Amino acid sequence: MSSTITENPPLLEVRDLTVEFATRAGPVQAVRQVSLSIRKGETVGIVGESGSGKSVTSYAVMRILDRAGKIATGSIGFFGIDLPGLPEREMRDLRGREISMIFQNPRAALNPIRAVGRQIEDVLIRHAQATRATARARAIEMLTQVRIARPEERYHAYPFELSGGMCQRIVIALALACRPQLLIADEPTTGLDVTTQKTVMELVTELTRARGMSTLLITHDLGLAAAYCDRVVVMERGRVVEDALAKDIFRAPQHPYTRRLLRATPRPGARLPDLLPEGEAPPLDAPQSAPGLVLLDVIGLVKEFPRAAEGGIGAWLRRGPALPPARAVDGISFQIRRGESVGLVGESGCGKSTTSMMVMRLIDRTSGSIQFDGQELGEIAPRAFTRSPLRRRIQMVFQDPTDSLNPRYTAERAIADPILRMGDLRGAGLEARCRELARLVGLPEALLGRFPHQLSGGQKARVGIARAIALNPELVVLDEPTAALDVSVQAVVLNLLQELKVRLGMSYLFVSHDLHVVKLLCDRVIVMRQGRIVEQGPTEQVLNHPTADYTRELLAAAPSPP
Amino acid sequence: MSATQAPSAFTASLRHARHVVTGNAVTAGAFALFFLLLLCAAFGPLIAPYDPLASNTMIALQPPSWAHPFGTDQLGRDILSRVVVATRLDMTVAIASVALVFALGGLAGVAAGFFGGWTDRVVGRIADTIMAFPLFVLAMGIVAALGNTVTNIVIATAIVNFPLYARLARAEASIRREAGFVLAARLTGNSELRILLTQILPNILPIMAVQVSLTMGYAILNAAGLSFIGLGVRPPTPEWGIMVAEGASFIVSGEWWVALFPGLALMLAVFCFNLLGDGLRDIVDPQRRS
Repeated sequence: MSSTITENPPLLEVRDLTVEFATRAGPVQAVRQVSLSIRKGETVGIVGESGSGKSVTSYAVMRILDRAGKIATGSIGFFGIDLPGLPEREMRDLRGREISMIFQNPRAALNPIRAVGRQIEDVLIRHAQATRATARARAIEMLTQVRIARPEERYHAYPFELSGGMCQRIVIALALACRPQLLIADEPTTGLDVTTQKTVMELVTELTRARGMSTLLITHDLGLAAAYCDRVVVMERGRVVEDALAKDIFRAPQHPYTRRLLRATPRPGARLPDLLPEGEAPPLDAPQSAPGLVLLDVIGLVKEFPRAAEGGIGAWLRRGPALPPARAVDGISFQIRRGESVGLVGESGCGKSTTSMMVMRLIDRTSGSIQFDGQELGEIAPRAFTRSPLRRRIQMVFQDPTDSLNPRYTAERAIADPILRMGDLRGAGLEARCRELARLVGLPEALLGRFPHQLSGGQKARVGIARAIALNPELVVLDEPTAALDVSVQAVVLNLLQELKVRLGMSYLFVSHDLHVVKLLCDRVIVMRQGRIVEQGPTEQVLNHPTADYTRELLAAAPSPP
Repeated sequence: MSATQAPSAFTASLRHARHVVTGNAVTAGAFALFFLLLLCAAFGPLIAPYDPLASNTMIALQPPSWAHPFGTDQLGRDILSRVVVATRLDMTVAIASVALVFALGGLAGVAAGFFGGWTDRVVGRIADTIMAFPLFVLAMGIVAALGNTVTNIVIATAIVNFPLYARLARAEASIRREAGFVLAARLTGNSELRILLTQILPNILPIMAVQVSLTMGYAILNAAGLSFIGLGVRPPTPEWGIMVAEGASFIVSGEWWVALFPGLALMLAVFCFNLLGDGLRDIVDPQRRS
């Protein structure tokens, strides 16, 4: 197939593209001298971490840069048409009909108050691909093609009635409705579950291949690019550092940045220190002490949420039998021993976060027991738990490092908060402790005076970790602590967490959707689905010899470099 | 970001304030006007060329001249002096009423948004009740019922503004109720009240600041309006509202300056505060500081 591809003239040819953004500190180049080409029928991936300019490149192609950004130099040729020189009116005709785009958040890309079928019709009519009379049939045909079950019925559905995966399929239907030549997919599956990611990506590949279309896939995930692209372009800080066939880039990466990115990507067979750049592996190779006594014992834990729209005057007027409440967590039992890390894995809505919130006493349980070091936590109401002496022994690291820091607190103030509330250090002692914590988590002391918006994602994650360990807790709940971070930062943070665990003798409950990440840090894994535990056991056993079908499905769905 | 040592918070805010003021001509103009108003309010009696209360019927109703740039009124008082001296009273009423409603409405709204439940219902119904009346008529009624004093004008103006503050603060607080940093604060042992005061409140101050500036203009108008219809401040005290009221009857006979200049002062003050809102938001919002 690749031999026919190379004979084709390029469909999209970007040459020496530089994109500048006007900022307060003068113009900043987000994309520098980028050249890339896509041939007809080819799937090209642009891979890079945040700030690499991969999205900006695609926005420049679509000419949808925001007002501060402009194409400074370079050319973008599409079918020989010079896109930067095209009048806006002609560009509008091109968008959607010849080049279309799918975005990261499918729900935000759809009009929330218009039925999805209608939205597909709108695109078809806008680009004169159908008339009012034929649009409906074409829209339903598109829904069938993206494998929406019962398309006639779903034609009338609104975006909020559909799941995230289904919304993304609708967006794909919208993008492909006018049979464009080029599809730009900007992080199309970020935020979707791995099993959904797999079906969405397979759908895109199959549809574009059947139509002989070209695809530009923009992603931070090398594994995803490897699995679905013919060629991969690696970008770093606005520049293209490597451009090679997908199979070559994994076998023999040329550029040091590509090698670093490859190393940092969690993959089967890799251990935690393997993720760090060579020569930076941590000195201590985790002397695995045998887990101690049971620290946390969860028995038959249940959380029910009342169904929405029930209660109040509406329910009283109808006086029908009340719907049974929804069970988010349906009677789960597990144990965590001292010095052990346990992974809690599942897809969105499986109840893993609800479980961690109950253990943290942020929400109350419906029934069941949570015993911490022999004491029943479930009996203490979440509001009263603030004053409990147990509070300081259980802490948490949150998913989003930005959202979990008060924007008006400096890093030092954020780290000092638990000590001020529950510890007894003040003044110089407190300051010294904050500096010690900063050293522990690898945060330069000079950054302690900064506000969250002046810190990078990785630095914010370190502040969050420092805050959680400030009072030497025995159990730390890690709620997807690296989900919002780049892979290279994730590698560093995971290693840091492992080092801290060994050094401080803490236990972890690691909540995540990614089995490959969990396996790096955890001794045991619990797999949850629909509020129940489908499998639990030692990490090696669960990953290598899964007994539950669902675990096998999860493992198979995760894309990994060949 | 590239500096190795982050500058101290104070110099950073100062530099940011300078950037905001110099970067936007409209904001700079509004700030200049604001300082002029403050100057008049603080040193009004010293700046004024004549005694604002000294009447001299010999020179009654004179048009603007070099001796009396804004002309004189029906009792021969210098209008410029009266406009300048009136600034203090009008500003005091505005600032006092806004400070009062900021504290009460803001706190009630934040508590309603954060705690929800009964707090929310009580605050919500109070706000609804106030909103059910035509606001100016309500203010008139309050002043008439409580007594015709400046203090009661302040209270009435604060009460009619209560729903604006309470609803804004409620909306902003309820957005942040489940934010990550609030959950984190709960885990680090902060009581609910402390979370409300140290985590939620400081983060909605930027939005409240804009509201302060906007209602400040409204408060001045409200106070002047009450004086205009004869409530609150009484003659011969110099006050923009009364002066416009007194001048109104002379417009027909051609003595336009008696009402025009105090009206102009009123308009400029309201205009200034409305423009100031945008500038203020830029200064206090840390997201915009980079």
